[in-house]
Amino acid sequence: MSTATSEKTQPGRPAPAREIDRAAVRFAGDSGDGMQLVGSQFTATSAIVGNDIATFPDYPAEIRAPLGTLAGVSGFQVNFSSHHIHTPGDRVDALIAMNPAALKANLGDLVEGGVLIVNSDEFDESNLQRAQYQTNPLEDGSLSRYQLYKIPITQQTLAAVKETGLGPRDASRCKNFYALGLAYWLYDRPLEPTRRWINSKFAKVAAVARANTLALEAGYALGETTEIFTTRYRVKPAKLAPGTYRNLTGNQATALGLITAAQLAGKPLFYGSYPITPASDILHELALHKSFDVRVFQAEDEIAAMCAVVGAAFAGAIACTGTSGPGMALKQEAIGLAVMTELPCVIVDVQRGGPSTGLPTKTEQSDLWQAVLGRNGDCPLPVLAAQSPADCFAAAIEAVRVAVKYMTPVILLTDGYIANGSEPWRVPAVRELAPIPVHHATDPATFQPYLRDANGARPWAVPGTPGLRHRIGGLEKADGAGNVCYVPENHQRMTHLRAEKVARVVQDVPAQEVFGDAEGDLLVVSWGGTFGAVRTAIEQAREKGQNVSHAHLRWLNPMPANLGAVLRRFRRVLVCELNMGQLRQLLRGAYLVDAQGLNKVQGRPFMVSEICDRIDQLLGGAA
Amino acid sequence: MSATPPTGVTVKDFKSDQQVKWCPGCGDHSILTQLQKVLAANGADRDRTVFVSGIGCSSRFPYYMETYGFHGIHGRAPAVATGVKCANPELDVWVVTGDGDALSIGGNHFLHTLRRNVGLKVVLFNNRIYGLTKGQYSPTSEFGTRTRSSPQGSIDHPMHPISVAIGAEVTFVARAIDTDVQHLQYVLKRASEHRGTAFVEVYQNCQVFNPGAFGFATDRTAKADNVLYLEHGQPLIFGKNREKGIRLNGDLLEVVPVDKVPRDDLIIHDERNPDPSMAFRLARMHYPDFPEPMGVFLAQQKPVYEDLLMEQIHAARAKSGPGQLAALFAAGETWTVE
Ligand code: SF4
Repeated sequence: MSTATSEKTQPGRPAPAREIDRAAVRFAGDSGDGMQLVGSQFTATSAIVGNDIATFPDYPAEIRAPLGTLAGVSGFQVNFSSHHIHTPGDRVDALIAMNPAALKANLGDLVEGGVLIVNSDEFDESNLQRAQYQTNPLEDGSLSRYQLYKIPITQQTLAAVKETGLGPRDASRCKNFYALGLAYWLYDRPLEPTRRWINSKFAKVAAVARANTLALEAGYALGETTEIFTTRYRVKPAKLAPGTYRNLTGNQATALGLITAAQLAGKPLFYGSYPITPASDILHELALHKSFDVRVFQAEDEIAAMCAVVGAAFAGAIACTGTSGPGMALKQEAIGLAVMTELPCVIVDVQRGGPSTGLPTKTEQSDLWQAVLGRNGDCPLPVLAAQSPADCFAAAIEAVRVAVKYMTPVILLTDGYIANGSEPWRVPAVRELAPIPVHHATDPATFQPYLRDANGARPWAVPGTPGLRHRIGGLEKADGAGNVCYVPENHQRMTHLRAEKVARVVQDVPAQEVFGDAEGDLLVVSWGGTFGAVRTAIEQAREKGQNVSHAHLRWLNPMPANLGAVLRRFRRVLVCELNMGQLRQLLRGAYLVDAQGLNKVQGRPFMVSEICDRIDQLLGGAA
Repeated sequence: MSATPPTGVTVKDFKSDQQVKWCPGCGDHSILTQLQKVLAANGADRDRTVFVSGIGCSSRFPYYMETYGFHGIHGRAPAVATGVKCANPELDVWVVTGDGDALSIGGNHFLHTLRRNVGLKVVLFNNRIYGLTKGQYSPTSEFGTRTRSSPQGSIDHPMHPISVAIGAEVTFVARAIDTDVQHLQYVLKRASEHRGTAFVEVYQNCQVFNPGAFGFATDRTAKADNVLYLEHGQPLIFGKNREKGIRLNGDLLEVVPVDKVPRDDLIIHDERNPDPSMAFRLARMHYPDFPEPMGVFLAQQKPVYEDLLMEQIHAARAKSGPGQLAALFAAGETWTVE
């Protein structure tokens, strides 16, 4: 909570409201404490009051790790601002910790002097032990650098919901709403959106709806009527572009993008998928929208999901699948089949920490190589990456558009961070969206399965079309006629044709833009979900006067036609990515550029400060 | 590749221009011909027929059919075919597979396709060997089979496709043998008429790597004693002079001379039995202890996957009309910035 712009006392309120530009709040508790839920509510309300927002849910892989342990801590961070923001924030200005483990796991991210609200009821001997505290941090003075508020949230919640007659177990489960109410008061947000949400969510269990509402109001009232808090804060609406907005997670945006693309193509959407963290929410979202002729197939495994996608594409659907690292590895053989049979489909890889099972709920960008280079044989296909939660919508449409135009599988890379994170999405007008033209072959006189159009694409002839009977498959095909063919020269020619077709997608890849100067000392290159952190760092560095520019890649294969020229205009190139240097290697290979790397593999996104530090290092301190 | 009317088709119309490359004497030739005859007799629409296969000798099948065809990857044909059927339930979709393809590398897809009851006809050419990779033991090879990968004899116990299929809740399951062409046609025709997954195991002779594996069922003199033809509503009777029958003795099947037991003791075949237990018992009848049953083991009616899939879509549309993007975009909490 930097930059205080005004400070004034609100009549009838005990604490003055201080106007600030932005704040980041983190709710943290046990994985059963409902932190994701209240975090999402705080986000929705902040969006509705007009702030720009960015969120970062961070939860454990275990559904219910042992109660009160560090392994079971679940957190939800929301950054809300009166100006445009790109990230959920490196550190938080307020931390709400529902137990000792949540405090321990998150305290390091709280700014010095930040607001620290703890549920003091949970700081008993056994919980302290579970969190591996030797002494009680609420009493040993170790928290003196923060504005510490010890609030018996459990007791207060029980008292507040007493009238509903709920048993102590159910009653105490409302404590997350108490904490939310408190946070609403602290940041001067209205209760109404959450009241509405509670009433619709628990419409069938009136007592629970009532109890949650009472807890919410009691939390708010604590701030309003007691003098515990010295300050409350106010973040004015942001100046977003005019329009209607909605808060979307990356996975929701991907799902909406796929539905939209199928509608724009005038085709059914087939989505074959096997449940996998963190991609399953795409499957869940799509299953809600069957009225758009969405045909959801939960396959028996990752391989079947991809094979069914190939079959559905053959039969003329807009066919897509979603997965994450290990599932992607399993799909590669069938993706190769889609390359060989040149059928349009989209594979969404919501990347997570690897290798193997790795870090299922944590983010990483380490599937770039397996997207671009995976599969046996020379097997190129287009690859693009979304840069933020809302951007997944446009990226999914783009992926389908290219798949259909070039008759090729397309890989869309997102990651756990943008898939679960959310931000405001400006609702597009349907008429703004260009149709996706689909041409099915129909003329038996001219049809050949592997005849190519100007884009290098073969015809999409779907079973059921009179007179276009043909057989395709994974064996090498004769150029044109498409019959099985082992002739050496033909294989060479077909390998070239497949590669040329994918290279030709560059027609649809916009020229690489550079943020900042078009030439200079340092170009920072990024791709995918690290956009927000990198762009924020570059903005800060340039404000400091550093000679640094930013190129964020959307297309990883093919890369923009002018990228080599862009890279050569800078003395140094720094590639920031959440892996050990996968894009850096590709850039070095393609452009012979001596790119440096900033590489982080901790399952967490970049902090802006980490990027700034590296820029300082490369440029020899602030310019 | 010219358009032809769906009716009036002949066997020739189902032959593609590709040269058939199976070994001389391979059972695959017969299966191809019988299936072409059945489709011609059915007046099948070639433009709406799709053959999907995996990898193996049998899986070259689609190339020889003048229909739509998709030669997939090893073991995955049922998954590819499921995608085809979901995208267009109107198509008549056949899966051609082998014992290695369906039961080894593709075991999982095989099981789940049957359980879902997707409207596919799955024909498994069981030659109890890997042919295309030149002679290794397969999941249906007899224990002790000597092959290039098991020179001292296979130490794997075989699995039995029909037992597996019944265990996977299949709704139609049948068996035929490549050499008995009339019966093979009958079984394929029955499969073609089934709604839901129809699974047919065909005993197929691999002339090169496992010749005579089904000699017990093809040998002119022995086959009457070694094969039992299932007929719905009829007692289980076999033998040169139809002198032997099958009855239940306690929990176990036994072979009895028909003239020594009351007629009512013999099992009456009921392919529509909703309880698959008896079909499973029949699937456990193996040479040399029993004659091996040929024909339709089970033919049940159960809801079909693609029907249910489309019903959910129609129900969603009936409730709220076909989806409108504008409404989809604006769903949930929205706010407006002026
Ligand atoms: S190897 Fe065996 S199964 Fe394969 S084509 Fe030859 S005879 Fe038929």
